[in-house]
Order: sequence, then C-alpha cells, then structure tokens
Amino acid sequence: MAKYKTKGLDCWKRAKELRNRYYKDYKESPSRGGLRWEGGAWSFDAIPQALEGEVHGLSEEPYGASIAHNPELQVRYQEAAEGKWGCARDLCSYMRAYWGSVALNEYAYGGPWPHADFIFQNQICCCHSKWLQVADEIDGGTTPYFCFDVGVGPYDKIGDRQIEYVVAQLYDGIAFIERVTGRKIIEEKLIQNVYNTYRSNCYWAKTCELNQAIPAPLDEKTMFSLYVLGSLEKSNQAIADFYEKELYPEVKDRVANKIAAVADERCRVLGDSQPPWGFLRIYRYLEQYGIVSVANLYTFSLIGWMKVDEKGHLVPYPTLEEQGITIKDRDHALRLLVEGELKGKLMWAPFYGANYKNDLVTKIAKQWRCDAAIIHLNRGCEGTAQHQMQLKIALQEMGVPVMTFEGNMADEREFDEGRVLRLIELFVTETLGLKKVA
Amino acid sequence: MIEEFKQWYDDRHSYAKEWKKNNLDGKVVGYFCTYVPEEILYAANCLPVRIIGGHEPPTLATPHMFDMWCPFSRDCLSQGLAGNYDYLDGIMIAQCCLHARQAFGAWQLQVPTPWSYYVCMPNAVTTSHAKKFLLGELAEFKKAVEAWVGKKITDADLDRGIDIMNTNRHLMKKVYESRKEDNPPLTGTEAMTLVWASQLMDKREHNVLVEELLRDLPNRELDREPGIRLMIVGSENDDRPFMELVESIGATFVIDDHCTGSRYFWDEIATTGDRLQAIADRYCDRVPCPTKDFQQETWERKRFPHILTLAKEYRVQGVILVQQKFCDPHECDIPSLKRYLEGNEIPCYVLEFEVTVPVGQFRIRIEAFIEQLRADELFD
Repeated sequence: MAKYKTKGLDCWKRAKELRNRYYKDYKESPSRGGLRWEGGAWSFDAIPQALEGEVHGLSEEPYGASIAHNPELQVRYQEAAEGKWGCARDLCSYMRAYWGSVALNEYAYGGPWPHADFIFQNQICCCHSKWLQVADEIDGGTTPYFCFDVGVGPYDKIGDRQIEYVVAQLYDGIAFIERVTGRKIIEEKLIQNVYNTYRSNCYWAKTCELNQAIPAPLDEKTMFSLYVLGSLEKSNQAIADFYEKELYPEVKDRVANKIAAVADERCRVLGDSQPPWGFLRIYRYLEQYGIVSVANLYTFSLIGWMKVDEKGHLVPYPTLEEQGITIKDRDHALRLLVEGELKGKLMWAPFYGANYKNDLVTKIAKQWRCDAAIIHLNRGCEGTAQHQMQLKIALQEMGVPVMTFEGNMADEREFDEGRVLRLIELFVTETLGLKKVA
Repeated sequence: MIEEFKQWYDDRHSYAKEWKKNNLDGKVVGYFCTYVPEEILYAANCLPVRIIGGHEPPTLATPHMFDMWCPFSRDCLSQGLAGNYDYLDGIMIAQCCLHARQAFGAWQLQVPTPWSYYVCMPNAVTTSHAKKFLLGELAEFKKAVEAWVGKKITDADLDRGIDIMNTNRHLMKKVYESRKEDNPPLTGTEAMTLVWASQLMDKREHNVLVEELLRDLPNRELDREPGIRLMIVGSENDDRPFMELVESIGATFVIDDHCTGSRYFWDEIATTGDRLQAIADRYCDRVPCPTKDFQQETWERKRFPHILTLAKEYRVQGVILVQQKFCDPHECDIPSLKRYLEGNEIPCYVLEFEVTVPVGQFRIRIEAFIEQLRADELFD
C-alpha cells in the first residue's frame, strides 16, 4: 500500500491553457493589429506589455525549451543553426534551437517564423545580448533592438546606485519602444503589470516554500510546467492570478492534507540547472525507487523571488501588499520592478561567485530536507551550470551524497540516456541503498 | 631585444617574485580580464599580473570546472591549483565572460590568496549610464584597495597610474604602427610577445624597453620576406607555437584584435577632469570584448568596423579568426564577423583553439588558406 495519498493538480489544465494561449497569441497577434516583441525570461516584460493596444512577447528560453521537448525538432533546428548559419555546436542549446527556427523560417507552433516588431532583451549571461542580435541578423537585420544590463551585483550588494543604473536604462527603453512602435506606454497598465510581476514571482516562491513539507506536494517534473508561465509573461494578469489564486491555494491544501507528489516518497533529492528536456522520463524512473526531486535553485528562482532573512533562511520575497506599498506613479513602478528583480532573483547571485551558489543551494538542501543531490552538468547552459563542481564539493562537505551526470538541456546529441540511467541506478542502489518500491 | 620580452613572458613567475623582493611595500595582484582598471593598482603601488594558462592539459581544474568551460579559463585555474601563482597577494576580476568568472570563483574557494575583489564592470558599455555606474564601482574599488594596502590613493597617485598605463598604450601603438610598412620590422609573434610581457611585468620597466626597441625598429629587418599579410582576431591568444607556425609558412601577422593584443592597449585615457571618471570612460569606450559588444537600436557591433578599419590600414590579405573552444562571446560573433569581413572582400579562416593546438593539422589548413590567398593575388 502506498505511503501517502496522491493525485494530479486540479489547476494543471489551466496551466496548459495559459501556455498554449501565449504561443497562439504571439502567432496571431498581427492579424488583430497587435504588436510582437522578442525578449527573454528575465526581460522586464511589464514595460512592453504596457503599450497601448494588443501586444505579445516571445520569451526566448521557454521557446528553446519547447523545441527541446521534441527531440526530432531540436536536432533539425540545431543542425540548421550550425549548418546554415555556421555557429559552434557548443553554444547555448536554447539559443541554437532558436536560431535554427529563424534560419528555417519555421515557428515551432506552426507556420513561418513570426517576425517581431522590436526586441527588448536583458544582459546578465554572455549569451543574452548576443542571442537576439544574431536572431535578428539571421532574420534580415531590420528589427529595432534594445538590450539593458542587469549585471550590477549580487542581491546583498544592491543599493541605490545599482537600482538607479537599471532604472535609467528602462527609461531609455521606454523612449525606444514608444519611438519604434509609435505607441505610448500606458501608465495605469504599467503599474498593474508591476503589481502582477510581484504577485507572479512572490507567489511562485511561496509555492516552492511549501515543498519543504513531507511528503512534498510537488515534484520537480511538475514544477517545470508551472514556473514556465512566469518565464513567459510574469506581468500578465491571468498568469499572476493563476499563481496567487489557483496554484498556491491548491498546493497549500495538498500540504494540509498530506497529498504527495510521489505516493511512496522516501528519498528527497535536490537538482541543479535545467534537465535534459527530451528525457524527463528519468524523473519517473527515480519515482520507482520512491525518490522525488523536491528542490532546485533554478526551478525556484528562475522567476521566484526569495530573500535571505535575519536568521539566514531562504524565504519568499514579500509581495507589495505585504510590504504595505501602493504604487504611486511610473517612476515608483519602475524602481519597485528593478528592486524586486535585483534583490529577489537569487538565481542571479551565482553570476558573482561560487560562494553565492554554495551558500544558497546548501541552504535549500537543509530547508527542503534533501537526502541527496543529482546534478545535471548541463553543457547547454553556462548561466545555470555555473559553479556546479564547486557546489558538488560543498554539498558533499555537508554530508549530502551527490551524483553528477553530463548532458544537455536541449541537444540530445549530448545526452547518453542509457549511460545516465545506469549511473543513476548505481547511485540509487549502491550509494543511497534504495530498492524499487514493491 | 625581443628576446628579453620573450624571457619575461617565459619567466613571469620568477619576475613577479623578484619584483616583490625589490618592492617590499608593494603587492602583486593577479587579474583575470583586461577590463580590470590597472591604473588604480599602479596608483597603490601594486603590480598587476594577468593570470594566464600554461598551455598544459588543465587536469587539476577538472574537479572544480567541468570541461564545458573554456580551456583557457580551466588552464588558468589549473595553474593556481598547481601553486604556480603562490606569490600573489590578491586576485581580482572585472565582470567579463562567465568562463573567466568560473575560474575566479573556484580560485577564491580553492587557491589560498589573501585578498580578492570583483569589479562589477557594466555590460551596456555604450550607454552613458554605464560610465556613471562604473565611476561608482571604481570609487568603491579604490576604497577597498586603500583599506587593503593601508594607504590613501591621492590624485597624484592616480595621475601616476594613468600615466604609466597611457605611456605603455602610446608606445605599443607606435610599435604596432610600424607593422603597416611593406616589410614590417617585426613579426606578429614578436609584436604580441611584447603585449603578453606588458601584462605580466611592471609597465614602467616595460616602457623603458619598448622605447629602446622603438629606437632600433627603423634599422630592424626581418630575415625573410613578409609573404601574405594576415590579421588574427578572436579569443584570448598567447599561443606562440601557433603564431610561429603560421609565420614560418609564408605569412606575417601584421595586426590583431585580441585582448592579448591590440584590444588591450588601443585606447588611452583622456586625462582631463575627474580622474576616476576618465578611467571609467576609457574602459567603457575601449574596443569592446564581444561579451559587451551590443548597442541600442541595432544588432550591429561596435567592434566590427574597428576590425575592418585595422584590416584596411594594415593592408591585410586574409584574416584568421580563432576561438577558444566553448568561448561563447566569440562563438556568437564569429559567423557574423566572418560574413562582415568577407562582405568587404577580406577572406577569413576559422580555427578552434584548445590549450594545445594540433600543430600538424593546423599547418596543413593554414597552408591551404595561404595558397588560396596567393591564388587570389595572381588574379588581382
């Protein structure tokens, strides 16, 4: 008999609907007089989404991940990027998939490549500014391009000077968008988008916090399909509502009623970086041993905002309501937006040193009560694969058994499934001493 | 005389140790990227030494950086782990590519070094906001250095630091200028050896020798015809065997765009007004590393027209584009740069570098490229 009750999420269907609508809207937007823009999961989407009229963005990393989920498509797009454009095959695999899609003039959701009206990107990883520079070049080089810099330091070193630098760029960005589109940014929309951004990011972090419970209400494979909405359009009202009013209450209820993600949970593992998207079945394989992946800095804080409290614990970043803040005007909105991203997006901290990654992830391992760690040495994303070997050492030093395997989130040519499954089996049976659940 | 620069490059660790002996109040700071403001280090009587690899398989680094990180950065870390930089009083980095940052981060944890510092060099260098932001970073850095060395850095100290760096830049540009001649007085390997040495030794000493060299250059002749005039462009490159190989088969590198070459010294500081702001302006305005080469409004890069101008001024017949394996910033730019140069009728050839290069294979490939350029000459 299973140890815990389990069931699927009631809001699962809604999450899928929101995601599908996002890609459909992007494709169909021009037929309704809407604008389209390209950016990334970390773009300040609250700004372009505040333009008057209909407007839709295409977020580059989730689009790359969508391609990656289909091995046949990913290889075709990677080979187009390498063959038609001529790039190196060790570059970010999302980026190559994206470039291949542009080079082949194909949209993964059907039809030709949907040209954007402008680009509104950010730069923290070496590839971010380059990604859409090159995509635009492949696409003919006529799309107005704007890229702002958020590489101003880790969360604990953010002060007025850092915030001011980014805000100043956002003002330039607003002027740029208004000029190239001939449309205005509507202040009320901008303010609402900032409220929504806070709700999306903070409620996702609160949801992740609930996974400290035993049994874990969510497994990481499921979480991948949930955080993605925030990486598409965190400023969107429906997405913010989903996080605050549907997902969070449901997961809270699962904790209260001990509804588990994995009915036979008996070993909780920590992950790192993105998984090889075409091979998510490895999580199902782990479940045969009662193993559930419950935590990952990437999965939590790609969009989730968190902070380190006075006791040194990781806790969700407070919403504007919890902070007692009412947004007064455009300037106030921009400052709050930047402050939240710079102070709350802890995933940016490892960009400034291995010590940050070690500190945050060892905190996660303790607070989420992880018994072991399985680290995907992700050859496809240098941003999330930072300091992984140092992290391995730090986790081992705190007594957490660690297994690493090399792979690639979006290039199946760099993932040996059979070998990895054998490694996992050895780790699970020999190191962790687990047997398959009867 | 070139042999002396080569000697300094080869004996860089002995040189730095000797420098410490002779400068008891000074400190040696290892740095990971050429965006580090060396002016402030010189102002504080520190010797900035660029941390470079040993062109050895970076096996010691493997437990700390798995092999998707660029071989150069892993080689740098490996050198630290091997104890070859045990004389360093401090290490520092200015925000640059993630690869160098991995090596820096692992070094902080694994290689005992008394002091370390991360300058948050902005990425959006073409915006006016970046200069203001960097000014704040430099002010904080200056304070941190003062606290570390226990001495205030005065305006006069900063002037001295700026002067040391600017003099070196000015002199190196003069050396490079001589390579425009029909028969350049020095090879590309020799010219870059000068730059490599400048990153490893006290620039005051380097300046004296470069001045001497400049006096000798008008009478200097290579013992061979220059052959095909090549440019070399790309990631970090201090691969002397490769440079010598190419220059032994009928070609001469007459110009480069590397952070171990012209990009390091090309732009001087305008010494008017606020000193720290002048330094900030220089590092934002310099020929950018690809990781910072983006500008608002367009996908076009600032570095590309600069490279084209150099190619034209130095009458380049072909360009070799080199990238360290896994070097994302250059890998992103190379297909575009190749198209850009070829669109301007400058043939290009791309090579991927590791810490050691396959000399035999590269020789055959470069020979073929040179033959192709010679064939083009026949029809000019």
